Amino acid sequence: MRSLSRIAAIFFKELAQLRRDRMTFGMVIMIPLIQLVLFGYAINTNIRDIPVAVVNQDQTAISRILIQMVEATRVVEVTERYNSIEEAEAAIKSARVRAAFILPDDLAQRIVRSPATGFGTPPSTDEETSRPVAQWIVDGSDTMIAGAIKGLRNMPLSEMFRQAPNRSTPTFEVALLFNPEQRTAVNIVPGLVGIILTMTMIMFTSAAIVRERERGNMEMLINTPVRPIELMIGKIIPYIFIGLLQTAIILGLGYLLFNVPLGDRPFDLLVGTLLFIGASLSLGLVFSTIAQTQLQATQMTIFVLMPSILLSGFMFPYEGMPLIAQYIAEVLPATHFMRMVRGFVLRDAGLLDMQRDILWMCGFFVLGLAVAAFRFKKRLD
Amino acid sequence: MPDVVVRAEGLVKKFKDFSAVDGLDLTIERGMIYGFLGPNGSGKTTAMRMLTGLLTPTEGTVEVLGLSVPKDAETLKYKIGYMTQTFSLYGDLTVRENLRFMATIYGLSGKKRKQRIGEVMERYELTDLQDRFAGKMSGGQRQRLALAAAVLHEPPLLFLDEPTSAVDPESRRHFWEQLFDLVEDGTSIVVTTHFMDEAERCHRIAIMEAGQKRADGSPKELMAAMGANVVEIEGPNLHEIRRRLLGATGIVAAAQLGARLRVLVKDDIADPEGFLKSMPETAGASLIERVRPNLEDVFVTSTGAGRQ
Repeated sequence: MRSLSRIAAIFFKELAQLRRDRMTFGMVIMIPLIQLVLFGYAINTNIRDIPVAVVNQDQTAISRILIQMVEATRVVEVTERYNSIEEAEAAIKSARVRAAFILPDDLAQRIVRSPATGFGTPPSTDEETSRPVAQWIVDGSDTMIAGAIKGLRNMPLSEMFRQAPNRSTPTFEVALLFNPEQRTAVNIVPGLVGIILTMTMIMFTSAAIVRERERGNMEMLINTPVRPIELMIGKIIPYIFIGLLQTAIILGLGYLLFNVPLGDRPFDLLVGTLLFIGASLSLGLVFSTIAQTQLQATQMTIFVLMPSILLSGFMFPYEGMPLIAQYIAEVLPATHFMRMVRGFVLRDAGLLDMQRDILWMCGFFVLGLAVAAFRFKKRLD
Repeated sequence: MPDVVVRAEGLVKKFKDFSAVDGLDLTIERGMIYGFLGPNGSGKTTAMRMLTGLLTPTEGTVEVLGLSVPKDAETLKYKIGYMTQTFSLYGDLTVRENLRFMATIYGLSGKKRKQRIGEVMERYELTDLQDRFAGKMSGGQRQRLALAAAVLHEPPLLFLDEPTSAVDPESRRHFWEQLFDLVEDGTSIVVTTHFMDEAERCHRIAIMEAGQKRADGSPKELMAAMGANVVEIEGPNLHEIRRRLLGATGIVAAAQLGARLRVLVKDDIADPEGFLKSMPETAGASLIERVRPNLEDVFVTSTGAGRQ
């Protein structure tokens, strides 16, 4: 009973302080709001309008048609025109363009012989007839840009001669589930919940306890009968509500602005989010027992935040990482949450489908809380 | 309940190679104000923290209110009040919120809590300030709040760590009156200070230096037993007289206080006034007169300050 009322006392105290700290309270709302709008609109892996240069050595109607066809794909946008390849390469080097499109002077001959035009297929062993029609020189340092231009390699040219498009059967059929329009926001918005919660939950809890130490309140608190576990639970409850509020802002606005589905499993989503909040908070508590100042607590948060952004699968696919990086990513709560939240809202998965991640998050939460309670000493030595 | 509230034997606290407290024995009886007097770094705060269980002694045993510390420190915390050196309640909470928080932490609830908060606010003149933020109050007001919070749960023993270092003399005097009221009600108080006038108000003091207790007793006893008589000299060139006196036989210490020179003369000299008057070093003095010793003299004779 005393324990419960002490936890309540700490909770209400924390709430009163939070309410009066306008700056922090503002950040609670503004961080998810601004970052959602910013990243939702800004991050796009469907690359469009890459600035490119054209070196047209052909200067015929057919070369101009070809350039228009390439531009019509919207993958590239011709921003520069040069007479020599050297000038084009210099433009790539100085980053005015990311690639150069070089049309040779025998373009017409190459085009009619190309299989892409659909005039039958000449034997590919014939050196003379199987030459590509033109060349791309690409700044390959950014693999995403290079990949987008590589996608143009097998562009059909049959349109050029008003022929029906090549109806050849693809080797494989690919059916896209869950995000058939391939909109990046559908993947980014649920993931953003994980990133923002990682940041705010770890930072707020660790700073909330370290602040008491910095301001000298802790010396008084440890002279009272309050137990470490009561102090910690009372301190983290307000942040659980903040975490839920931030999740609601991100997913709600994601639905309104970017039409990201919410899924049909609000209960599973709530449980999963609570577990992730719990895991992040317990990590924050562990940090609070190590950090002596709020600055140190912030640094520790960033130490976890960076891999949570880069390794969790938020930005780059988890599967593409080497095994060791995957192991590291498995430790981070964000990786499990990323899988879970995308499962709940996009793939209509339930808690049972995601039980591995659920279990792991439970374990992380309990272990974190235990370590923090064990490390938190009511002694000064 | 025992009549001894604090008993410590052979208390040692080492931080790496440095001994902050070095072999401290203490007996503090019920119903008194016991003061630790000493300069900064003399081990007062460390000693007090060991008594409340905040620090684990490297050596020695501590028993507070019959409980062994640090083993039973958590039980003890219900029975003691503690005031830290710097204000450590919440500046962004109001007086009432702070008190309510502390009362709940100490396990008070419902009517009892409300009643106690009302009582301490009344007693420490906080009723009119109850909706003020603690961070916006003066040093004296904050100190009254800190004391109110420390006695909410009516502890029989109160620890105050340099309670008046941040307040003006008027508030300090007032604060001590409140401490005596508490003693009247049966509370025992342990206080650290580096103010002589404060120490003089204690029933009993321990003079601390370099982690050791140099003297222990009531201020009166200590003054009587300090082994020196005090003589004040007036006249020109006091600075010069002081320089010549220091190092002369029979002289313990000499310190200039404004227009007077305060000289401690060993008490095996029967007539300290006559002794000084006859010394060539005091030539030119216009007045030589024996005065009542004070605690500062005790402090000087019992610590290194007198042996420089």
